[in-house]
Amino acid sequence: MNFLFHLGRYALFVRDSFRRPIKHRVFVGQVLKEMDILGLSSVGIVAIISFFMGAVITLQLAYNLELPFIPSYTLGVGARDTMLLEFSSTMVSLILAGKVGSHIASQIGTMRVTEQIDVLDVMGINSVGFLVLPKIVGLMLMMPFLVIVSMGVGIFGGWLAGVMSGVVSSVDFIEGLQYAFVPFYIVYALIKSLVFAFLISSIAGYWGYYTKGGSLEVGQSSTKAVVVSSIQILLFNLILTQLMLA
Amino acid sequence: MIEARNIVKSFEDKEVLKDVSATFRTGYTNLIIGQSGSGKTVFLKTLVGLHEADSGSVVYDDRNFTGMSKLERIEIRKEIGMLFQGSALFDSMTVEENVRFPLDMFSDQSLEEKRERANFCLKRVNLDNVNHLFPSEISGGMQKRVAIARAIALNPRYLFCDEPNSGLDPKTAIVIDELIQEITKEYNMTTIINTHDMNSVLGIGEHIVFIYEGKKYWEGSSAEVLKSDNQVLNDFIFASKFLKGVV
Repeated sequence: MNFLFHLGRYALFVRDSFRRPIKHRVFVGQVLKEMDILGLSSVGIVAIISFFMGAVITLQLAYNLELPFIPSYTLGVGARDTMLLEFSSTMVSLILAGKVGSHIASQIGTMRVTEQIDVLDVMGINSVGFLVLPKIVGLMLMMPFLVIVSMGVGIFGGWLAGVMSGVVSSVDFIEGLQYAFVPFYIVYALIKSLVFAFLISSIAGYWGYYTKGGSLEVGQSSTKAVVVSSIQILLFNLILTQLMLA
Repeated sequence: MIEARNIVKSFEDKEVLKDVSATFRTGYTNLIIGQSGSGKTVFLKTLVGLHEADSGSVVYDDRNFTGMSKLERIEIRKEIGMLFQGSALFDSMTVEENVRFPLDMFSDQSLEEKRERANFCLKRVNLDNVNHLFPSEISGGMQKRVAIARAIALNPRYLFCDEPNSGLDPKTAIVIDELIQEITKEYNMTTIINTHDMNSVLGIGEHIVFIYEGKKYWEGSSAEVLKSDNQVLNDFIFASKFLKGVV
């Protein structure tokens, strides 16, 4: 029953968040601000994690594929496909569910417990739309960019680790990157990232918006936002993979 | 004028407001008084539409607010200013941006005009040189004044104040009370103040509604409040030994 209650309320929350903003100029300004806060400020963490993950993926592949009849360019193929298909969209989204999701939930939750949301409601401003829609749009616009950064940096990390450790030559790794390349993998990753961006921002907004109590409850809302959005990312990863790749 | 007609409001099984009716007059500082937990904040939030009444109606100058849709209410909401207990300033915005916010959302003025209006409102509440400070950088009393400036930015017809002087020292509390009363007269607003502060009751209570356990127990003026023979009201009013001594 509790699950159905939250599902129903979440559906109404999402509907309300897509109501027409009062002032488009204000809305555009908010979206740009959220793109900076949620997206640009995450570039560093995404790049660092992607670099090391790309490097580790290459070294682990080299360790597992240490057979004479497997060509060494396979390392390039493996690193590329792992980054493109799974890591850059799903793993980065899971990381952002923690960073961005907790930020959104705690920001909106604090506004709720300090009556700032009531101020908006009294003024006749659609508080859900005013607070959440710019975050949804801002993150959905920035997420593909972050995923592309992750792909590039991750593959670079894999190349650097492979070449520096001597498990693969630069020429073989690059040959692997080009071998049997399926451009649709990038489209697949970008579509997934858009869905995940929507899930992170809307679920975190939902938990923040319905916070009751004080600062302790704001913390609890942040935790719920991260846990629920992470589970939804994994669930929708499965659904989208079945729909798009099966 | 705002009329509350037979308001009933429950939360789950608990009936918080029990058939409350009251009339709040234009140009007066109308006070809702009562102990903590008596239902006065729920009453105020029901009047302003933050809570929906289970039954009864709220009428703003012959406009039935309760019967309106969300969209229809927006027009009335533009005429409402509200001061919250904790000021509720947007902490990510500067003082000036806070005061300008209603103008940004609802007026088509240029940025220069909006800044001029924001500065005028800040000056009206006796605040200077704080425009670029954030709410966390100013005192509680100043935050209340900024919240009043924001509430009057759109020239409201109705002003609601939820415990405007809670958490303030007695001197600052009086300054805030007097400021609200001055603004009420100046703009001929219908002002409703929720309070349990006896200084406010005696100082600015032109029309007082006493709520006890979700019911309206008494209605009158500050002159009458000290002479009432209503025992429940007297228990509240004369809870302070000091006041007993004075009267």
